Amino acid sequence: MRVRSARWQRLVGLAPLLGLVLLAVAGCAENYPQTTLDPKGDFAREVDTLFMSTVWWAVGVFVLVEGLLLYAIVRYRSRPGGPEPAQFHGNALLEVIWTIIPASVLVFIAVPTIRTIFRTSEPPPGEPLIIEVIGHQWWWEFRYPEFGVTTASEMYVPVGRPVDLRMRTADVLHSFWVPQLAAKRDVFFGRDNRLWFTAEEPGVYPGQCAEFCGIQHGRMAHKVIVAAPADFARWVDGMTGLTAPVPVAEADSLAREGEALFRTRACLGCHALQAVNPPQGLIGPNLANIGARLTIAAGSLENTDANLAQWLRNPQDYKQGSKMPNLGLSEPDIRALVAYLRTQRVAAIPPAFPAGR
Amino acid sequence: MATTAVEHADVTAAHSSEPTGLWSWVTTVDHKRIGIMYGVTAFFFFLLGGVEALLMRWQLGAPDQTFLSPEAYNQLFTMHGTTMIFLGVMPLSAMFFNFMIPLQIGARDVAFPRLNAFSYWVFLIGGLVLNASFLLNAAPNAGWFGYANLTSKEFSPGLNIDFWVIGLQILGIASLAAAVNFFVTIMNLRCKGMRMMRMPMFVWMSFITQMLLMLAFPVITVALIFLMVDRYFGTSFYVPAGGGDPILWQHLFWIFGHPEVYILILPAFGIVSEILPVFSRKPLFGYAAMVFSGSFIAFLGFGVWSHHMFATGMGPIADTVFGLTTMLIAIPTGVKIFNWLGTIWRGSLRLTTAMYFALGFIAMFVIGGLSGVMHSVPPADLQQTDTYFVVAHFHYVLFGGTVLAFLGGAYYWFPKLFGRMLDERIGKVHFWLTFISMNLTFFPMHFLGLNGMPRRVYTYPEGLGFELWNRVETIGSLLLGVSFLVFIYNMLKAWRAKVPAPADPWEGATLEWSIPSPPQEFNFPETPTVYSRDPLWEHRRAHGPLPEPQRVSGAEIHLPNPSYWPLVTAIGIGVFFLGFLFGVTLPVILAGGALTAVGIYAWAFEPPH
Repeated sequence: MRVRSARWQRLVGLAPLLGLVLLAVAGCAENYPQTTLDPKGDFAREVDTLFMSTVWWAVGVFVLVEGLLLYAIVRYRSRPGGPEPAQFHGNALLEVIWTIIPASVLVFIAVPTIRTIFRTSEPPPGEPLIIEVIGHQWWWEFRYPEFGVTTASEMYVPVGRPVDLRMRTADVLHSFWVPQLAAKRDVFFGRDNRLWFTAEEPGVYPGQCAEFCGIQHGRMAHKVIVAAPADFARWVDGMTGLTAPVPVAEADSLAREGEALFRTRACLGCHALQAVNPPQGLIGPNLANIGARLTIAAGSLENTDANLAQWLRNPQDYKQGSKMPNLGLSEPDIRALVAYLRTQRVAAIPPAFPAGR
Repeated sequence: MATTAVEHADVTAAHSSEPTGLWSWVTTVDHKRIGIMYGVTAFFFFLLGGVEALLMRWQLGAPDQTFLSPEAYNQLFTMHGTTMIFLGVMPLSAMFFNFMIPLQIGARDVAFPRLNAFSYWVFLIGGLVLNASFLLNAAPNAGWFGYANLTSKEFSPGLNIDFWVIGLQILGIASLAAAVNFFVTIMNLRCKGMRMMRMPMFVWMSFITQMLLMLAFPVITVALIFLMVDRYFGTSFYVPAGGGDPILWQHLFWIFGHPEVYILILPAFGIVSEILPVFSRKPLFGYAAMVFSGSFIAFLGFGVWSHHMFATGMGPIADTVFGLTTMLIAIPTGVKIFNWLGTIWRGSLRLTTAMYFALGFIAMFVIGGLSGVMHSVPPADLQQTDTYFVVAHFHYVLFGGTVLAFLGGAYYWFPKLFGRMLDERIGKVHFWLTFISMNLTFFPMHFLGLNGMPRRVYTYPEGLGFELWNRVETIGSLLLGVSFLVFIYNMLKAWRAKVPAPADPWEGATLEWSIPSPPQEFNFPETPTVYSRDPLWEHRRAHGPLPEPQRVSGAEIHLPNPSYWPLVTAIGIGVFFLGFLFGVTLPVILAGGALTAVGIYAWAFEPPH
């Protein structure tokens, strides 16, 4: 009876653990857009395959060790008046065996690991799309030298064409990460770190900075928008035309008011609205095509009029410590600026994508 | 010592010969008292670190919460990590070293009793300096590994990083002094017959830990000095604009930082290796293999540091090398786990609370070890590093491993420390509450990490699927908090019940169980001689159980005198470093230096009585 109750106690203790594992296995991918477990790019896929093979080894070792432990606890409980157990000090053969077993398991993990390390460090095949990635406190800048286009927080890439990221920082260390497409890579000052991947499926893939970089590390997010080649070409066409801010229609007086405010209320000191040849060294993210972006505030707020107005009312409210100060704008000013920023759109996101994901 | 020497005095007389009062604690050089001071102070800091964790968990209980400001959150996670490592776990180890090493090797004190007191005072001052930062709302805020160049004056102009650097430098002195002390103690003060290969496993693991401390702490000291001069004198060790490289910090930090994790776990290995044999009534399985695997882990620990840096892009050769050396560590670790299983195998298990915690340690440490192997695979680590998966991993080794082992050690040695028994029934409630709530708190972190939640974020948005598991973790962490209240209640109850503990409540094997609980100031009336690894069992088999040892006067035994010079010297060091805290203040630095010099001089020429 005592044996049974002890076994029960152990099982009750392990129940939440087992329950958690089952729940996790049941509820994988769809609800986790930032997951590493549902790869949509070649790099992430290589890593996932390798990782899952180690998971199965780990599960095997886990079951073996915990099983032996539970068995020993139940089987060798002391009984009242029981004799002193045999006093053995070791067993050379057994000890050699359980040195060799983990060593051989490791060989099965190490060989594919090394293979993957070298395969993923080979430069990408064909003619990759080079994108310069620059980390700032607390947003990401993306430059496309092939098209002369600069943008921020939302990176567009075509399906099927290898992407070659050349990454650096403008201030402190950050780490660029889009879990479903590729693993992460830290960015440094004065040298480019590289990361490449080929996206497999159109979609909006969220990511965020993975190296602690100061007060707003938590809201330094970004999206990678993987588009069909034709959609990507449309986006490039639109952006390459943005050599200046989008002109505002004469009739749209609210937006014209906003345009004037954008010039006079210091917005221009930090933000550019053109994608081509924007002024260098601005501390705020490039706002080209802001009217049609999915998000604001470094990929963390849905780009609605209400959110944009809320942001302009006081950026320090949502993102304390952000380099954008409270500009003390009046409500009419905010309405005008929102209207103006909405006009800054040349390339809509492909219609197939659910906005705001 | 008392001047009237009375042989075989009765218990009360012997007690009265021990000095009491606050001053006796301030000037004490008795390793047992210093051990208790370490324990009480470290447990206080440990609870503080726990409260910091609970505040963070409350913030993360739901998406987009504003319970904590981002700045407050960043200070809390930095202080949580720094506190748990440097002010909680390491000094709790120091408590066990202090109390148990001399008793287990049959010595009357450590090799340098006043240096021992000095270590404690410096540790206390370091802990106070670090936490004083909260009073100025300037607690460190760049993470426990404080990556350059975020810590540079340009990006962290406030006092936050200064408190961190100065606090850690002070704590480093305490750790180094203590490490030298215990190393020499174990080398030189073992009783007759205690050859190296007869030392209790806890002493062995502690011995290896001291070597790690002596080799690893100089590296962090140098790294911190570079950071200090960068911040105070405008040099550019880590500042890219001046030709420095933030990567240098990462290498130096992790050359310290990886051995540091073995500094945190090896004493726990030792404690578990003491508890399992006693409550299995069987000697430790594979003693020699345990010694060698522990040494091998420590040695390899210096060759794996870059596995913390795979995401920096070191190239395929470096990734391969550091991945393989890391995997190698799994082999001696596996040997240890199988040897623990071999120890309980075919034993006669007495499931006391201490044994519950030791067995729980094995069950949980295995999980942390397996996730460790997962991120020894560099490509996989590129997904997992800086996510909650890593947070899950190191909480399974540090909490599931070290803290469970320490709690086991607490139940095992509490009678010896305080001469009182902890309640076994409350102890088992405590165990199950801890065991279940730690799994609720830390296991879901695996899922969050793999599903893309980075660590060190003060909040997360809705829609990424992080809500459920964060809620579960927060509930788990609150229960974990309750489990420590149960533990505290158990200790208070034991303290008030005043039921004296026998010398050997567990039928122990090692020397500490041969003397009264708590031990007298001189530990052993006569220094013992041992002929085997399990001297008390040896005796029991040959002659039956030892009679309950009597307290004796011990007036003729020479013990080191109390001294306040270690405290004076420690204050001098504190003042010296405070001179750097609020900008370089030369008079304060000189005053601190002078006080330190006076302290050391007076210490050196203190007359023996």
